[in-house]
Amino acid sequence: MERRTIFSGWLLPVALVLPQLALTVVFFLWPAGQAIWSSATRADPFGIRTEFVGLDNLTDLFADPLYVDTVIRSVVFCVCVTVLAVSAAMALAVTADREIRFRGFYRIMLIWPYAIAPAVAAVLWILLLHPQIGLIGRWLNGIGIAWDYKINGFQAMLMVILASAWKQVSYNFIFLLAGLQSIPRSVVEAARMDGAKGFYRFRTVLLPLLMPTVFFLMVVNLVYAAFDTFGTIWAITAGGPGKATETLVVKVYRDGMVNQDVGSSSAQSVVLMVGVIVLTALQFRFLGRRSGGA
Amino acid sequence: MKRRTMLAGAAALAVSPVVVPGARAQAGKTKLVLWHAMTGANNDEMDRIGRDFNAAQSAAELQVIYKGTYPDTLTAAIAAWRAGQAPQLVQVFEVGTGTMLGAGPAVKQVWQLQQETGAKIDPAAYLPAVRGYYSLADGRMASMPLNSSTPVMWCNLDAFETAGLDPSKPPETWQQFVVAVRALKEKWASKSQDLMASTSSWITWAQLECYGAIHNVPYATKANGFDGLDTELKINAPAFVKQVQRLLDMAKEGTFKYTGRDNTPDPVFRTGNAAIGFGSSADRGNIARDAKFRWAAAVLPYDAELTKTPNNTIIGGASLWIMTAPNRTPAEYKAVASLLEFIGQPAQDALYHQHTGYVPVTLAGYELSKQQGFYEKNPGADIAIKSLTRGSVTENSKGLRLGRLPEIRNIIYEEFEKALQGQQNAQQTMDVCVARGNVVLRAFEKSVKG
Repeated sequence: MERRTIFSGWLLPVALVLPQLALTVVFFLWPAGQAIWSSATRADPFGIRTEFVGLDNLTDLFADPLYVDTVIRSVVFCVCVTVLAVSAAMALAVTADREIRFRGFYRIMLIWPYAIAPAVAAVLWILLLHPQIGLIGRWLNGIGIAWDYKINGFQAMLMVILASAWKQVSYNFIFLLAGLQSIPRSVVEAARMDGAKGFYRFRTVLLPLLMPTVFFLMVVNLVYAAFDTFGTIWAITAGGPGKATETLVVKVYRDGMVNQDVGSSSAQSVVLMVGVIVLTALQFRFLGRRSGGA
Repeated sequence: MKRRTMLAGAAALAVSPVVVPGARAQAGKTKLVLWHAMTGANNDEMDRIGRDFNAAQSAAELQVIYKGTYPDTLTAAIAAWRAGQAPQLVQVFEVGTGTMLGAGPAVKQVWQLQQETGAKIDPAAYLPAVRGYYSLADGRMASMPLNSSTPVMWCNLDAFETAGLDPSKPPETWQQFVVAVRALKEKWASKSQDLMASTSSWITWAQLECYGAIHNVPYATKANGFDGLDTELKINAPAFVKQVQRLLDMAKEGTFKYTGRDNTPDPVFRTGNAAIGFGSSADRGNIARDAKFRWAAAVLPYDAELTKTPNNTIIGGASLWIMTAPNRTPAEYKAVASLLEFIGQPAQDALYHQHTGYVPVTLAGYELSKQQGFYEKNPGADIAIKSLTRGSVTENSKGLRLGRLPEIRNIIYEEFEKALQGQQNAQQTMDVCVARGNVVLRAFEKSVKG
C-alpha cells in the first residue's frame, strides 16, 4: 500500500525539509566540495601557494604501485573483518536465541564491546598480544611460536583484523538476534516436525529468512571496516610493519595530517568517497528490490 | 574527505584556549602565547619558564600551553595560522625545520626579529651543532634553540658484568659492538625470553642520520639540503648500506632486536630488558627514575673501517618559531624578543638543562653547569654534550635540511621493517628509500616554489 500525505501549500513542506537539507549542505556537500577542490590543487602546508593541477594528484596516486597495493590491502582487510564479524555474531546469536540459563546476562555481556572506544579496544588487544607484555603474546613465544606483530606483517594484519572484527561483533549480534526472534516460531516448529536438524535446519530455514538482515549487516560492516577502524589500526600498528596494515584511511590521515600533503590526501578522500557512493548505491538497489518484492 | 572542515575545526579548537587566558591577563600587559609539546617533567619546566619570565619583567604576560605531540602541535599551529589566529611562539621539532623554513610569510625568523626589535641574541653563543641546525646556510638564525638532545648508547652495567665485559669500557667501535653483543646474548640475554642484547629507538636518527655525521658521509646532496631545495638522498651509498646490513645481520644472529619506531623502544631499556639501548639523551630523567640496575651512557660507536676521527652527532629536540598573524603589533614582537633574550641567558639555559636532561644549548650554560658542579654530582650527564662537540662540525654533520623529513623517516622505517622480514636485502632497502624519499623531496620542492 502506498501512503502519501498531501500538503495544501508549499511553505510547510519546505520548512519541514529545510533543517535536514541545511545539515546535509553544511556537513556533507560543503566539505565534500572543498575536498574535491583541494584534490585538484597542490599547496604547501600553510596554504600560502596554491596551484591548480587538475587531475595530477589522482593520476599520481594510481601511477604509484604502493597506492594500488594499499587499495588491494584495504579490500582484503574489509572482507576479512566483515566475514569474521558477521559469522561470529551469527554463531553467538543462534546460541543466544536458545533457551539457556542466564540468557539476559549473556546477551548484555555480548553487547558491551560495542560501547568501547577504538583506541581502548586497541590497548586491550595490545595487552593480550604484545610479544613482551601481552598475556597471549608471551605464552606464544614461550611455547616456541615466534610471535611479534611489530616485525611480522602477517601477524600484524591478523591482529588488526581480530581487534576490528571483535568490536563489531556486538552490533551484528543485536541485529541478528532481533532477526532470529522475528522469525515465526511456527516456521521453526514445522521444520522440526519435518525432521530438519541442527545446521541443516539453520541453513535451509533460518538463514534464508535472515538474509535481508545479513545483507544489510554486510554493507554496514564493510563501511565500518573501511572507515571506523582507523583508531584501532593507528593505535596498534600505525600502518606498520612496512606497509602491512596500512589501509586507505590510515594513508589519508598520514598524508594529510602527519605529512601535511593536503592535495594528495584530498584526492585519496575523493577516491574513498566514490567507494562509499558505490557501496551505498548497491545497498539501496538490493535492499530496495527485496522490500519491493516482498 | 573533510580535510578543510577538519582544519577549520582544528583551528577552532586551537584558538579557544587563547581566548580564555586572554581574559585573565592583566590590563596593559602584552599577551604572549607559546604552544609546546612537552610532557611530564619537561612540561613542568615549560610552566616554570612561564612563571619566571612573568616574574622577571612587567611588560608582557606569557602563557604556555601544551598542544599535544610534536606533529599535533605543528598541525595546530598551521591551522591556526590559516585562520589568522596563530600564537606568537610555537615549539617545532627539529625535523619540521625544513617545513617551517618554507613557511614564508607565516613565520618571522630570529634574524628578522633582531633587525626589527634590536633583540640581543648572539648566534656565536650557541653550540655549533645546535646553531647549525636552526640557521640558514649563511649563518643567520632562523629559530630559537630550546630543547636539544642527541642519541646516546645506554648500557646496563649489571648485564655487562654478567657477560664478562668491562662496565667502564663500553664498545667504542661497531667492530667491538658486534663482539660485545654476542657475549651479552650468550651469557646474559639467553636467561629469559624477555631479554635482548641490544635494541634501538630512533633507528632513523640514531643509526642513519647520526651515522652519516659521525663518519662525515653526506646524507643528501647540496650539503644535506642546506644549499638548495633540489637536494637528493644519498643513503644508498656503501657506508649506509654497510650499517643497515650490520643491523640486519645482528637481528638474524639474535644480538639486536627491533622493537618499534621512533621512541617506542625506550621502555625496553628502562625496564632492564635490553643490555644496550640506543636512545635520546633526553631519556636520562626517565631512566634515573625507573631503572633498577646500574647504568651509564656512552657516545655512539663508529665504524673503525670508515674513519679514525669520528665527528659530532646530530641534535634532536625542538626550537621556538615566531609566527605571524594579521593583527600582530610591534609591541608583541618586542615582547617576543625579550622572552628569547630571557631564555638565552646562561642561568636559564643551565637550569633548563639540569631540570630536563636536554643539553645546554649555549656554551655559557655548559660552563655554568660545570662551575656549579652538576657533572660531578651527575656523572655522565655531559655525555651528550661530549657527543655533540666531538671532532669538528662539517657540512655532513651539522644536520639535515630536508623538507617533509618526518615522511622520509617513515619511509625508512617501512622499508627497514620489510628488510627485517627478509623481503629485501640492505642494498635494495636503501635504494627504495632513496627512490621514494626523492619523490617526497621533489613534491616538497614543487609545493614551496609554487
